[in-house]
Order: sequence, then structure tokens, then C-alpha cells
Amino acid sequence: MSTATGTRRVTTAKAMAEGIGLEMQRDPNVFVMGEDVGAYGGIFGSTTDLFGEFGADRVIDTPISETGFIGAGIGAAVEGLRPVVELMFVDFYGVCMDQISNHMAKIHYESGGNVKVPMVLMTATGAGYSDAAQHSQSLWGTFAHLPGMKVVVPSNPYDAKGLMISAIQDDNPVLYMFHKGAQGLVWMEKNPRSIGEVPEESYTVPIGKAAVAREGTDVTIVTLSLSVQHSLDVAEELEGEGISVEIVDLRSLVPLDTETVLESVGKTGRVLVVDEDYKSFGLTGEIAAIIAENDPGMLKKPFRRVAMPDVPIPYARPLEYGVLPTRDKIKAAVKDLMA
Amino acid sequence: MGELDRLAMYQQMVRIRQYESRIMQEYHADKSPAWDIGAGLIPGEMHLAAGQEPAAVGVCAHLKKGDAITAPHRPHHFALAHRVDMNKMTAEIYGRTTGLCKGKGGHMHLFDPENHFSCSGIIAQGLPVACGQAMAFQRKGTDHVAVAVTGEGAANQGAFHESLNLAAVWNLPVIFVIEDNDWAISVPKDASTAGASNADRAAGYGMPGVRVEDNDVEAVYEAAGAAIDRARAGDGPSLIEIHTLRLFGHFEGDAQAYRPELETVNERDPIPQYAAALQELGVLSEDQIASIQADADAEVDAAIEFAKSSPEPAPEDALLHVFA
Ligand SMILES: Cc1ncc(C[n+]2csc(CCOP(=O)(O)OP(=O)(O)O)c2C)c(N)n1
Ligand SMILES: [Mg+2]
Repeated sequence: MSTATGTRRVTTAKAMAEGIGLEMQRDPNVFVMGEDVGAYGGIFGSTTDLFGEFGADRVIDTPISETGFIGAGIGAAVEGLRPVVELMFVDFYGVCMDQISNHMAKIHYESGGNVKVPMVLMTATGAGYSDAAQHSQSLWGTFAHLPGMKVVVPSNPYDAKGLMISAIQDDNPVLYMFHKGAQGLVWMEKNPRSIGEVPEESYTVPIGKAAVAREGTDVTIVTLSLSVQHSLDVAEELEGEGISVEIVDLRSLVPLDTETVLESVGKTGRVLVVDEDYKSFGLTGEIAAIIAENDPGMLKKPFRRVAMPDVPIPYARPLEYGVLPTRDKIKAAVKDLMA
Repeated sequence: MGELDRLAMYQQMVRIRQYESRIMQEYHADKSPAWDIGAGLIPGEMHLAAGQEPAAVGVCAHLKKGDAITAPHRPHHFALAHRVDMNKMTAEIYGRTTGLCKGKGGHMHLFDPENHFSCSGIIAQGLPVACGQAMAFQRKGTDHVAVAVTGEGAANQGAFHESLNLAAVWNLPVIFVIEDNDWAISVPKDASTAGASNADRAAGYGMPGVRVEDNDVEAVYEAAGAAIDRARAGDGPSLIEIHTLRLFGHFEGDAQAYRPELETVNERDPIPQYAAALQELGVLSEDQIASIQADADAEVDAAIEFAKSSPEPAPEDALLHVFA
């Protein structure tokens, strides 16, 4: 795409905020609330410039009362508004999970389909900068496990904007999980993939549709979020070594695009799932189950996964990088599959 | 309050200030040219408590060994005032094996069981824990107390209200200390909190509530003394809100563009004010000011040196300590 058609390079954070801004322009029922989303623009830039454009009436700084304001988002949504609510770090789910799981996610079903909860709950995830055990988790597996909310996890600016617009337009609660390390923040180490071409106008990326982020023939990496960026880097390196890697960026966990996963694995016969979330009882096991249920015979080599071991995320850099799904670990696992 | 108490409190405030100032320097020293929060010898978020020394020092002056503190994400001043070992704490902040938590916890998760000190990065979640520690002290028949520290922003969290109720209904020896530094990151108190004083909220739970309006260690000392005596005597919990000052950003790297009163913060610094008051009283000389500062410099430099020369953990150590 060229700049002539109205694209330019922006960060993932800016792309998210643009998606929200466009929906706020289109629909007066859309508003934002959360901690430091106003003048500050969101700690991770998710509401950049929105306060200036829409003011304090539609971009609302809340008290540190997550149960209160997430619950208020639910109430506002039930009455026909379309709130975009931010939970600053997903790790803070502990103080508000009842509103999320027992209310936001269950009301539609409990009401026999009579009540809709069209809200977006956006939240920051991820590790890699020594924020330690209470500020570094991914946890998407936890939310995806609980029925009743859609879960989207963008890996790049284009998808961040399109998924945000889809999420706001969706009549269901959507949990929108963005990785701090993929936001393109000036104050955090970033992969160049966190800045990319994004159209200025409104567009959607469908919820429930994975993307083949890179085509290949030897090994499929199924992954999401920042690990997509790492995997793309590894795939480029391995190309030089004669290994052709296909990368499936899930983008949505709920609904999960099993078709794209199975198609790719069917083609390559080798699969590695890379997940920054905890290893057990989560995404990696789910993908393995889907393959096994479909046709275990499609694998030429045993299923592989690189995920966060089942330990809280430690602070010191050597410890943290000891458990994170780094490029080195991804590369070693792919080579192992090819051995 | 005697001359020695005053000098000791001044000294403790200077020691804490020197610590926070040096950590700030060290934290930023190796994060350029492209400032990166995850880079350098001290990576991650860093919430410093410069300006809030009167709260920690005035409260901890009444604590004895065995009393507990739960601190929030901004913990260093209470840790140091509560005898947490400076070397081990610093080594933790540098992520070393000699640290309080062997590098697993970091600056927001300091655990020192010897001094019954802990902190948490999740807002207000130390309050219920302090209630539990107080419950243990009470059931063991001791006169120990638990101090739960939070910012004013945290007083709008459910756990705050649940804890006040628990402590009151069970008559627990807890002192809730709220550091009102006017700000919760970029949100001012009046935009987030119904009612001007959290001390008034204490009344709703039937416990004494005091607001200390000045960021003055002696005023804190008086209020804390009454609350701690009450708790030790078995007369139950109290709440103290201290109107204090966030001298630095919310975390290091915070440009504070949202903060209109930024240019006057240095004038409101409580330490030079206390020094002047003590000089006026004839308790503190210029020579003493210099020697107290020199002692603090030396102690903090030694702690940083200890941390930097300590070994880093091995990656595989990440798998240890999941279960006892
Ligand atoms: C439950 C929860 N929500 C939000 C945060 C993010 N957060 C960390 S510090 C902070 C502001 C705290 O303000 P205050 O309690 O006044 O303490 P101060 O930082 O001023 O010392 C916020 C919102 C958190 N750590 N935990
Ligand atoms: Mg505050």
C-alpha cells in the first residue's frame, strides 16, 4: 500500500487509538473509561490524543476501582451505550474478575439472549522488561477458557486498528488484549514490526479469522501477539538455512480459527505453538487437542510447544529471559522439528 | 519528644532521601541514548518515595521488632524505616542472588520475613494481608501491630473498604496509613475521591480517623503514636491520612505533563523544612547536617556497591521456589 491511498506508518498504540477515535466520531454512544486514559493518553498509549479530540465527557479518567468502572461499563452497555473500558494491566483482573466473568461474559446467555453487552474491555499484557510477577502476565488462556466473551490479541498496527473497530461494532463483550512490547512505545525496546502501514480511514479486521503472517512449507508456527514478531524474525533467519517456516497469527482466540490452523499444519506436517502465556491448561494444549481431534496422522513429527513454564514471572533479567519464549528458543524448537 | 528522637527522625529521612535520589541516578544512568524501561542494571518500573519520608519515619518510629508492615508499589521509605536491610533490599532491586528475594521479586515485591515487611504492586491488596497479620498477633496474645500503607488513590479500591470493616468488626490491631500525595499517576484526588478526607471514611467503620495536613514528621509521629498505642492496648484499628508530597514522577520516566503544581514541589520539600525547624530549636548544627548527610551517602554507596558486586541468578533458577 502506498501513502497515496491514505496510509502511513504508525505504532500499534496509535493504531488502536485511531480505531477508537473513528468509532467515537461515527457513533456518539461510544465512550472510553479507565485509569489515566484522559490527559495521559493511557499508560501504554491506547488512548493517545483522544482526550484532546473528545474531551473529559467521552474520555473518562476513573478512580482505581476496577470492579466499579468495569461493572459500570457493563451497565452502560446493557442500556445501549458502547463503552471501551481499559483495565490497565491484565494482571489486575484479580480485583474485578467477578464483573468480567460472572457479569460481562454471562449476561447475554443467562438472559436467554435477551440482553446484549456490547462493550470492549482492553488490557495490556506481556513481559520482557522486568516488571515482575504482578505486571507481566499474558493470561489470555484464562479468559479464553471462560465462555461468553470474545478474545482478540493483535500483533501489529494494522490488525490493532481493524480489530478495535470490529470489537466496538460487535454486539458482544470483546476482550482486547494488547502486548506492551508490541505497542511501539518510545520508552520500551521494540521490534520494528510494532510500527507499520495503516490506512487512515476506517476498516475492519474480522474477529475469529487468523492470518497467515508468512507462508512456508516445512514447519507451521502457530502463535499470537508479540511472539508473532519474534517468530517472523526467526523465520527470516531460518530461510537462510534452508528452512521454510509458515506462521499463523491467531489474532482471535475466541472464536478460534481452527480451519486456518489445520490447513497450515496439514500442509507442513510439523507444528510448533509459541505462547507467552503459562504452558499448562492453555493455548498450546488447546491447539494440540484440535490437531489430535482432527487427525493426529497429519503430524510427521511430534507436536512441539514453547511457552511460559508454570512459574510466576520473575524479576531479574536472566530469570525472566530464562522463562520467556525468546527467538533463541523458538529457533531451537523449529530446528529440532526439522532434525 | 526528645532531642534524640528528633535527630533520629531527621537522620532517617535524610538516609531515605539519599537512597531514593541515588536509586534514581543509578536507574537512569544506563538507559540512554534511547531510554528503555527494560534496559540497564535496574530494569522495570521504579516508584520512588522522595518527599514522603515524613510518613514512613513518623510511623515507624513507634514500631518495634515483630511489628508488621504491608507497603504498596512505592515501598522503599517504609522498608528502610522499618529496618529492612539496605544491602539486601538494594541487591533485590538490582536482581541479584543476594537480594531479599534472590532476584525474583524486584522493587515492588520486597519480602523480609525477619522484619515482617512485605509490599505488593496491586493497589490496596496489602490491606487484607495486614488484617491477617494483626489477627495472628492477636490470637498469639502478643501486643504487636500491623501497619497497612496505601496511597490515597488506593482508598477507592474495594479491598480498602473490606479491610476497614474487617479490622473494625474484629477489633484488630491494625493501623491504616494513607499517603495522600494528591496524585494517583495522572489523576488528582479530587477527581477520583468523594469527600476531601479519608479520615472521614474511618468514621463509617467506627474507628478513629485522623488527617495530618502537614507533611511534617512530628505531626505524623504524634498521630501515629496515638493509633499504635491504641492498637497495642487492644482497643482496635485506626486510620491516619497524611497529606504528603510526591517529589518525583509517579514512576521514573514520567514526564508529569499533567501536573500543574510541578514548579513548586521543591519549595514543599519536607526535609529542608525540618532541618530549618531543628536548627531553630538549636537541636541541629550545620556540622551535624553535613555529617548526617555524609553518613547517608556512605551507607547508600556501600549498599549499591554490594548490589552491583553480587552475582546474578542463573536462568534455570527461575524454576525454583514455586512450592515450599
Ligand atoms: C488494582 C490495581 N489497579 C491499578 C494499578 C495501577 N497503578 C499502580 S500505582 C497507581 C496509582 C496509585 O496511586 P496512589 O494509591 O495514590 O499511590 P501513589 O502512586 O500516589 O503513591 C495505579 C493506578 C495497580 N497497580 N493495581
Ligand atoms: Mg497518590
